Amino acid sequence: MGCSNDKAAVKFNATDITGAAFGKTLSLNDSATQEPRTLESFKGKTTVFFFGYMFCPDYCPTTMTTLNEALGKMKPADAAKVQVVFVTVDPARDKPKILTDYVKAFNTSFAALYGTDEQTAAVAKEFKIIYQKSQVKSEFTYMVDHSTQMYAFDPQGRIRLMIRHETGADAIAQDLTALVNS
Amino acid sequence: MKTITLLLATLFAATAFAQDTKIGAITIDHAWARVTPGAVKNSAAFMTFNNAGVADKLISVTGSVAKEVQMHSMVTEGGMMKMREINALDIPANSKAEFKPGGYHVMLIGIPDGLKEGTKFPLKLKFEKAGEITVQVSVEKPGAQDHSEHKH
Repeated sequence: MGCSNDKAAVKFNATDITGAAFGKTLSLNDSATQEPRTLESFKGKTTVFFFGYMFCPDYCPTTMTTLNEALGKMKPADAAKVQVVFVTVDPARDKPKILTDYVKAFNTSFAALYGTDEQTAAVAKEFKIIYQKSQVKSEFTYMVDHSTQMYAFDPQGRIRLMIRHETGADAIAQDLTALVNS
Repeated sequence: MKTITLLLATLFAATAFAQDTKIGAITIDHAWARVTPGAVKNSAAFMTFNNAGVADKLISVTGSVAKEVQMHSMVTEGGMMKMREINALDIPANSKAEFKPGGYHVMLIGIPDGLKEGTKFPLKLKFEKAGEITVQVSVEKPGAQDHSEHKH
């Protein structure tokens, strides 16, 4: 029913993972409010989840900049229906206040999530994200190797796309526009 | 008016100088570092080395801008991003080498007050053959030229 319209034929730039058996649950806290968030709490928005850490000097800020650029390329009304969510894989150093300042520095609409070590590990497992400390010099001086893929959920709260980190702002903007209007 | 023209000329000269520095056959182009978001005390610096001569190696990068200045490689293996400290950056003969986002970069760890857009700081580069030179690195916010609907 109604499948003969254009929307059924949407071809995404990113990998379409609609119906994937993973990425079904998430239980973390919002860095701005320190209140619990789940996948359900993002329903109504097209949501992009991205896993990283603030200490990351290059890859994470590059990706956050690209996501900001992607939103800037969308119609403002569509962009307003997108929620970018940064999930820290380094909760020991990325405390809520500085985490909020960090994501808002890229775009004031961006949100960040954090959890305990256990919650972080559980979410990473659910989203097939691998992370591990490397070049450890002291308790607070280390790098974190981590998976780079992003995931996009549609406004109905279903996992839809796996976005590779090297994807450009234009391709991301196209895909998010399609999801917003799906 | 004269003052403004002079000021612009000075600015232009300063910019041109900062973005194009030469030692021996190596021209260092567009040395920049990323503005630090929020309370972040780390950043990365980037630049291009255009080499019109024999093969050389960048063997150290030092500066007082951060507690630690390291050269890093960044590789993605099986979808996982890994950064590792390197001892030298190869600069092939008659070719170029780059520190660039998503690749080799100079990591700045522990910048006391962070890096603010529009400021500059020096980094001393030491090449195996060409010798030493100090470059002025401008702090930039990539994508800042793009129109964003999301700036307040």
